[in-house]
Amino acid sequence: MNTDNLSPYILTLVTFAPLAGALLLVLLPRRDRDIRIFALVVSILTFMFSLHLPVHFRRGQAGFQFAIDRQWISTPNIHYHMAIDGISLWLVVLTTFLTPLCVLISWKSVHDRVKEFFILLLIMETALIGVFTSLDLFLFYFFWEATLIPMALLIGVFGHERKVYAAVKFFMYTMIASVFMLAAILWLYANTGSFDFVTIHDLIASGKVPAFSAATQWLFLGFFVAFAVKVPLFPFHTWLPDAHVEAPTAGSVLLAGVLLKMGTYGMLRFNLGLFPEASRHNAPWIMVLALIGIVYGALVAMVQPNMKKLIAYSSVSHLGFVVLGIFSFTQLGLDGAMFVMLAHGISTGGLFMLAGILHERRHTYEISEFGGLASTMPIYAASYLFIVLASVGLPLLNGFIGEFLVLSGAFQARAIYGILAATGVIWSAGYLLWMYQRVFYGKVTHSVNNSLQDLLGFEKAAVWPCAAAALVMGVAPILWLSAIDPAVQAALTPFTELASKVVGQ
Amino acid sequence: MTNPLLVQAIPQGVDYVRILPELVLSIFGILVMFLDPLVDEERSQKTLGLIAFAGTLAGMAATWYMAQSPGLAFSGMVKVDSFAVFFHALVIAIAAVVILTSFEYMAVQKIRAGEYYALILFGVVGMGLMSSAVELVLIFIALEISSISTYILAGFRRQEAASAESSLKYFLLGSFATAFFLYGVALMFGATGSTNIDLIGQRLQAAPVQVLVYVAMALMFVGLGFKVAAAPFHIWTPDVYEGAPAPVVGFMSTAPKAAAFAVLLRVVFAINAPGRFWLIWIAAALSMTLGNVGALVQTNVKRLLAYSSIAHAGYLLVAFTMTADNSASGISAAMFYAASYAAMNVGAFAVISHFANAGERYVTLEDYEGLGRTSPLLAATLTIFLLSLIGIPMTGGFFAKFYVFSAAVKANLIWLTIIGVVNSAVGAYYYLRIIVMMYMREARKAVPVTPIPFGLGLALALSMVATLYLGILPNGVLQYAQQSAQTLLPPVSSSAAQTDAPVAVP
Repeated sequence: MNTDNLSPYILTLVTFAPLAGALLLVLLPRRDRDIRIFALVVSILTFMFSLHLPVHFRRGQAGFQFAIDRQWISTPNIHYHMAIDGISLWLVVLTTFLTPLCVLISWKSVHDRVKEFFILLLIMETALIGVFTSLDLFLFYFFWEATLIPMALLIGVFGHERKVYAAVKFFMYTMIASVFMLAAILWLYANTGSFDFVTIHDLIASGKVPAFSAATQWLFLGFFVAFAVKVPLFPFHTWLPDAHVEAPTAGSVLLAGVLLKMGTYGMLRFNLGLFPEASRHNAPWIMVLALIGIVYGALVAMVQPNMKKLIAYSSVSHLGFVVLGIFSFTQLGLDGAMFVMLAHGISTGGLFMLAGILHERRHTYEISEFGGLASTMPIYAASYLFIVLASVGLPLLNGFIGEFLVLSGAFQARAIYGILAATGVIWSAGYLLWMYQRVFYGKVTHSVNNSLQDLLGFEKAAVWPCAAAALVMGVAPILWLSAIDPAVQAALTPFTELASKVVGQ
Repeated sequence: MTNPLLVQAIPQGVDYVRILPELVLSIFGILVMFLDPLVDEERSQKTLGLIAFAGTLAGMAATWYMAQSPGLAFSGMVKVDSFAVFFHALVIAIAAVVILTSFEYMAVQKIRAGEYYALILFGVVGMGLMSSAVELVLIFIALEISSISTYILAGFRRQEAASAESSLKYFLLGSFATAFFLYGVALMFGATGSTNIDLIGQRLQAAPVQVLVYVAMALMFVGLGFKVAAAPFHIWTPDVYEGAPAPVVGFMSTAPKAAAFAVLLRVVFAINAPGRFWLIWIAAALSMTLGNVGALVQTNVKRLLAYSSIAHAGYLLVAFTMTADNSASGISAAMFYAASYAAMNVGAFAVISHFANAGERYVTLEDYEGLGRTSPLLAATLTIFLLSLIGIPMTGGFFAKFYVFSAAVKANLIWLTIIGVVNSAVGAYYYLRIIVMMYMREARKAVPVTPIPFGLGLALALSMVATLYLGILPNGVLQYAQQSAQTLLPPVSSSAAQTDAPVAVP
């Protein structure tokens, strides 16, 4: 493959720039203002670096680009292998896009142990980017586990009342699930002699892995459990509402915006990529779980009295769309799944920031504590409405494109799935708009709400980029899809072959 | 012509080189005891400690010198190979760090140092010898040298009843266990007519295996299983660790264990012990499970880490279930594990012994509340050691587990691997509890935090660097371990083990 003038070092730079920033931050004296500014500069610089990727990315090509492959450890054969394709490209950019916003939104709300907070946030960013860029299974697992600690600490140290419970629950859930993935990775290494995704992928595809057919179901499940808990797919979702409600705003934004995508990305990359037959075989029950997640998440969101919990459950519902799209094995479904991942990252990130802003002012997330805010905080209300509409799936905003594509894919796979999933769109309009109505319309019911401050400068700087991105993504999805499409097509090749084999028989 | 047998029996100069670390350490140990009554009592603590520390440095240099002349010594009783060098370096390094930790501890606890440092050095002599001896009787003697030192060290907080209990319990059960080992040696001699490990290996391969050999192996395993605190011989561990002085626990949970594992490696793999598979399989599964489950409910940090050490012995034992082709990967995984466990555990106990304060008053989980605020550096250091004990990437503990389980999967031990990985996930919970206490809770009572003195700081820095080094650049140590694994295996299976190196399927 021709890789001229695609620098192999750019991915390393993007991945480790935040970590370098975090290490410098350790040395900085504890002057909170300096620390905030420094963290903001580092995260913005990282975002700038990462823009190099979509600009120079060869959109027509399906394979991996910007590859770097160096040996790290000789035995076992572990490589420092990083590269991105159209699938991981946008997830990297999503991460670097959201992190500066997280720094901004934490500007005032974090005032205790500021230094530790931003160090953790930047370490978190490195780990998240690493998950999406690494192509060595070992390296992938390395970053995958590395995301756990900073997130658990962000929740547990900087969270709200039941933070310890939420942090430990989050940690244990994901840790226990991911050791099964480790076992599966070790099995693959024992039988292929490699941790390299591409090598293993080719060996499996050419049927050269001994005892693979007997183990494939277990391997599939080993990976799947780890990803399903992260997504979270119903019924593994119970850690999510707790984690979200207790997490500080920036933690919630990264959790919903990026961390959950690690699970769906993993399914797409590893479950579909390495075990196409097992994926096909298991698709029916996974799609049913995804459907249950869509409907159940939406229904539970509907009755939440707590705004943050409502948004958390809406994530369960939205991520159900992603899983449904992935396991529809159709071009439309996968394109849509990718698009929902990005759209959800931006709009839910925005919603969590907005909820956090309200919490800053009133120290509560209870919906019943508010009402009539549209008159006291007009700019806030308008921004909120914009993001809510994006999340609901209003045409010309980002949510619509993704959901539409997923539903088309699901229809192609099985009409009834499409129909059932479509109800999820209705529910989501229901719970979000109803929540909006209760919080913003009507008369001000609590007199404290009369004196609430409208959006401050740094809050605008955090929220409006989300709104702008939602609009651009909704109007010109082709900018994103042109890179996603070839990668998805390549991911689907074994499935079209499988399908034709079935038809041919 | 002189009798060739006689010539062989007279020690040559090079023979002494091959036990040089032991000689050097003994000399320094004697020096410490000799100087103890001569130096001023007020300052003796530090002086003696520094001499002992110099002793470990000299021992390290001697180990390097010894490594230059590998071979047999003293009529084939001692064998210097890269395996022995590895464990020499390991136990001496542990001792050096523990001695650094002890400076402050002894002063704060108002324990007169005296023979304390000498005992550590003598213990290391025994442990070094355990790793280089290839003669079962010599191994037994070395085992006793190391054990007796640790029995006394465990009781060094003389004023405390708990420490006396710890020492006595350790002594009684420990002697019982060594007796088992000796009994096993005797039976092995009865079955094969030799106490030389290589000879035993050859004779077992030549003739059909008798029942006696199985019994002998089992008895030896009981003895060594006690020393490494593997279930079901682990009951003593929590009580002994709770009562013993904190730096000593750091020492005895790593150094004698590493040495006992070295013996077990030689016995299991050089003899190619028959019928060991299920024995070790069960011990490994039990240790992992009982250790982790036991640790879940502990409120005393020392007891918690005692149970954790049982669990870690279990992970390490997984490497011993390898047979035939996979032996080499098992040995190297075990060696790597022993090294990284030593780095993180010695470090963790260094923090604990500093924090425990006079009379070891602050050793419960509650005392650690809010440590992240009152002493951010200490808390961050302990966090790294705990993360390594959990097995989080970037730390030695991660690679250690990774290699062990990787070897197990390669040997098709899927169930043992699943038990292992699930256990390590469960284990994460109790280490996390300490982290939670330090960072996520506010201190409810005032626990004094004294500044970190230089010696302790150095000890912490060394363990931290070792933990991170093994976690980021494990290649060097691992390759050395893999080399050693080849020298350990009997010639027949070593050729098979070479083909076992991971090769990509064509």
